[in-house]
Amino acid sequence: MPHLAVTKIRKSYDGNPAVVDISFAVAPGKVLALCGENGAGKSTLMKILSGATLPDSGEILLDGHPARIARPADAMALGIRTVYQELSLLPHLSVAENILLGRLPTRAFSFVVDWPEANRVARQVLRDFGFPDIDPRSLIRDFGVARQQIVEIAKALVAEPKILILDEPTAVLSASETNALFAKIRALARAGTTILYISHRLEEIFEIADEVVVLKDGQSVLQGQIGKLEQEQLIRAMVGRPLAAIFPARKEPQGEVILEVSHLTRAGFFENIDLKIRAGEILGMFGLVGSGRTEVAKVIFGAEAADSGLVRLNGAPANFVSPAEAVRGGLAMITEDRKGDGLALGLSVLDNAGLASFDRASSYGIIDGVRRRAMVDGKVSELSIRPPGTERPVRQLSGGNQQKVVVAKWLLVEGTKVFIFDEPTRGVDIATKVEIYQIIADLAASGVAVLLISSEMPEVLGLSNRLLIMRQGRIVAELGPDQFRTETVFAYAAGLAPGARQLH
Amino acid sequence: MTEILRTSPKKSSFWQGLSRADLIFALAIVVLVAFASIASDAFLTQRNIVNVSRQLVTNGFLSLGMLMVVRTGGIDLSVGSVLAFAGLLATGLQEQMHFSAAIAIALTMGAAVGGINGWLITRFNLQPFIVTLSTMGMLRGGLYIYAETPRYPVDEMFRSMLGGAFVGPVPMNFILFALSVPAVWFYLNLTVSGRAAFALGVNKEAVRLAGVNVGKHLIFAYVACGLFAAIAGVLLASRLGIAQPSVGVGYELDAIAAVVIGGGLLGGGGGTAIGVLGGVLALAVVDNVLNLFNVDSYYQQLLKGLIILVAVLARRKNA
Repeated sequence: MPHLAVTKIRKSYDGNPAVVDISFAVAPGKVLALCGENGAGKSTLMKILSGATLPDSGEILLDGHPARIARPADAMALGIRTVYQELSLLPHLSVAENILLGRLPTRAFSFVVDWPEANRVARQVLRDFGFPDIDPRSLIRDFGVARQQIVEIAKALVAEPKILILDEPTAVLSASETNALFAKIRALARAGTTILYISHRLEEIFEIADEVVVLKDGQSVLQGQIGKLEQEQLIRAMVGRPLAAIFPARKEPQGEVILEVSHLTRAGFFENIDLKIRAGEILGMFGLVGSGRTEVAKVIFGAEAADSGLVRLNGAPANFVSPAEAVRGGLAMITEDRKGDGLALGLSVLDNAGLASFDRASSYGIIDGVRRRAMVDGKVSELSIRPPGTERPVRQLSGGNQQKVVVAKWLLVEGTKVFIFDEPTRGVDIATKVEIYQIIADLAASGVAVLLISSEMPEVLGLSNRLLIMRQGRIVAELGPDQFRTETVFAYAAGLAPGARQLH
Repeated sequence: MTEILRTSPKKSSFWQGLSRADLIFALAIVVLVAFASIASDAFLTQRNIVNVSRQLVTNGFLSLGMLMVVRTGGIDLSVGSVLAFAGLLATGLQEQMHFSAAIAIALTMGAAVGGINGWLITRFNLQPFIVTLSTMGMLRGGLYIYAETPRYPVDEMFRSMLGGAFVGPVPMNFILFALSVPAVWFYLNLTVSGRAAFALGVNKEAVRLAGVNVGKHLIFAYVACGLFAAIAGVLLASRLGIAQPSVGVGYELDAIAAVVIGGGLLGGGGGTAIGVLGGVLALAVVDNVLNLFNVDSYYQQLLKGLIILVAVLARRKNA
């Protein structure tokens, strides 16, 4: 008997169907991967299973019994725990308090918190999870996102769930943390916990899942054993197009060197970074989380200060001290954290997309509103941002469309010579990814120098003319397209390459 | 990941800017005015209307200034002290110089205090509440050191040109306020600085990384707020014919109230010049009506507090 069976689930919001017909069943102790583009219905399905929303119709069976999950508390009572992509930790509280929120052990007639016990429980959970080094007494705000994600998952684990739902859990994790998570998932599955694993990363799905369900347009279009499926089949089911059509054709750059960085160092983050990008070139930069990639980009962009080293733009010194100066100098940077520092979520598409290009639609500080709107409107339709229109707050857009607004913001700036893309497709559906890849290729074709930072291997391999690999703040390898192999890149990035020589 | 897009019913662009709460408030003011004009013979007299329009100018300028700062996600508690100091300078310095020069010094002082507030906030990344609380205290102390007793204007023109002047039946100072509403609207909506300030009230880092000089626009908002508070102080001293060192204590709260009633969001991301005008009018009319009915001032305070609460509740986003 399946542990969890979902039959013909249907849900609409204000008449817009989000889930049309999803059915699947999963046996106890199995890891079921759910994949699909944004808008395929994954989030809605997850909300239904965790009690955040009720389906319009359809049936959920737990161990053969119909389950009514009307509130999050119902889901918890049934042993269903969900780890959402958006972190829900309270930054000013300790790890232990976050993990045990709402269920802190007490003594003296439930009046006094039993801190030693709370810390012991939290430490135990973290140790079982493979992170004995996390001190349950430290405050969440002192942690980076990766550690926060670990605590978030630990918070679900402490309840010893029967069904664990994980939404893109590895998006911010490093390779070793991901390995620890996968080990834990396998251990949980062996002990009989059913795991629903949502991810964009197909390599991961093939590594961890037993079965897979592909969702498209609110329907479950494919279910099968992972061993019997090819990556190609999954992608085709998700997007309806073959893998080969994802990346535009690679072009050989012809131009002069535009950006040149020598001996750039920021103590504690990276040292002695040398790189050159020519006009029309896409320079890929791969590295695990914490390897210093983003910091290099931020320093080049003037958002953080370097300790030493030289940046040259078209041969002239260009150590920018502020992003404002960098933008004037012809740089653009799409940051990795769209919600944190890429967008002002509460503001309209117009205000966000027009944020970097005031000077194109204003004189003496006064904005030509009509011109600005026309400018942004044009870009919105050019990039086919959905829904069209510029007045809507970007908060209401899907992840892929939000990312297009960020891209539009920088495309609206004139005279940009260098584009830095930092994780341009994080949390973006495959259809939008393809569009963003095309934009990157078009920029390069127009003579712009592109620095493409990403932890998605297929992306850097598919787009770059050359690839730099960073590890622990240093560039450890530079590869040409003939050396683009997943194993090679990963070996360098993880420091496992047999001939892993330090370049400098 | 996926967010469900709700299709909003098509509205014309004018009405899109107004929420239902705005309309309810406009209606409430109309009802209040109608009620007051029926219940009190004094309310709709020219004398009373002139009085109200002159009185609301003080809070009007303070609130418009406050709005510019609130849109950046900040707050300025020092406006009451700036108002008092500006009044003292504009009147006290008249013994040494022409009153127009005295006014210029007073306004410069207001802008400078705003500039210092803004600079401290951006340069050292401090909280606006704390910085302006501190300048509020320092300035109040400073102005008592400057003038322990009230100052009276020397030049008769000071009163007859500003606080005592009329254009037809309309008080001069009210005209100045009425003109500054579209000016502030213009700044907020059609200037680079205004749009940038609005955006940084929602996400400062995103604005910085878009290559915008965050400090410049933030400081500008505080300078404008200080300047507006100084204008309010000069006009008040001119209208009353006296500058008291004790004036303006707690005025910042009335200004914040007007901004909030008008739809401003403390913490950034909302508020319009028209909304603030509505908030200022509402508070002034309520004050006036209660005065006409000789309601005890304790009840007035109670009622004002209640209005703020109702306003915030009415504008609460449906969570």
